[in-house]
Amino acid sequence: MSIEPLWEVFVRSRRGLSHTHVGSLHAPDATMALRNARDVYTRRQEGVSIWVVRAADITASSPDEKDEFFDPAGDKVYRHPTFYQVPEGVEHL
Amino acid sequence: MNDLFVYTLRLGDDALIAAQRTAEWIAAAPQLEEDVALGNIGLDQLGQARSLLQYAGQVEGEGRSEDDLAYFRDERDFLNLQLCELPNDDFAHAMARLLYFAAYQQLLYEELLSCADETLSGVAGKAVKEVAYHVDHATQWVLRLGDGTEESHRRMQAGLDALWPYTAEMFESDDLVRRLPVAVDPSTLHDEWDRRVLAVVDESTCTRPEASYQHSGGRTGRHTEHLGYLLAELQHVARSHPEATW
Repeated sequence: MSIEPLWEVFVRSRRGLSHTHVGSLHAPDATMALRNARDVYTRRQEGVSIWVVRAADITASSPDEKDEFFDPAGDKVYRHPTFYQVPEGVEHL
Repeated sequence: MNDLFVYTLRLGDDALIAAQRTAEWIAAAPQLEEDVALGNIGLDQLGQARSLLQYAGQVEGEGRSEDDLAYFRDERDFLNLQLCELPNDDFAHAMARLLYFAAYQQLLYEELLSCADETLSGVAGKAVKEVAYHVDHATQWVLRLGDGTEESHRRMQAGLDALWPYTAEMFESDDLVRRLPVAVDPSTLHDEWDRRVLAVVDESTCTRPEASYQHSGGRTGRHTEHLGYLLAELQHVARSHPEATW
């Protein structure tokens, strides 16, 4: 059944966390994709919520554009929030 | 014989034999995703079978374990529905069976939730969510195959028709279920089952199946020719190497 479209699967492992990409699968439509994802990716209690997205609907950056996309950020250390003194007693920053 | 033992054995044997047939799809389903889905469903059924057979052994009080009951009884001692033992044939047949059987189990377990036997209501409490998913899975496929291509529609109709003559057995009442206070009289489940299953059949564009004859006998140990072969495969290792552990 290789003619069935490919779907990317995102699972939220517990409340408060984001959905994380866990893999892909084939299914004829969104309803079946969601069910297949439940069976393939959450059989060991990995999640409390699932998203499926048709792989063809994802616009991805190209490896060819890697240099101009990502390299310019390499020497901008001032973009990291590392120039602040953390006041004493402040936790969870 | 002890009524509660026999009643629990009926439920346990249904689940065990259904699990064995479902497991036959692993590595043989039309797609990898379906292998895993049916593997999950088969394991749900096997889990129900284990709890029920273990409890049956306790109720009987002769020291038989779940394994003794699963592996060391012969064909005529099994009390499962004939529907559960029929060969898979093709995927559409398997989905027709899962729809018929899981819809029945769902109604049965919903009733058992409130029965006075704590073990049976406990098993039902866990199983009722599992079988709700089985019903959904079967429904999704019956709709897609029935309302799919000409060939898939033909096969779905053939599956629904072929298994229909084995559905009345699920709702047969007898002295035991009327006598045993914790038992659900399955005849009370029929109308709702009919309503739910036929709603799926209608939506799938298939024709409602009809049968001039309904098979019966599983509850008294009379089975189709297929159960012997199924048990040979199920029991072979345990009987060749009794007491083996791994």
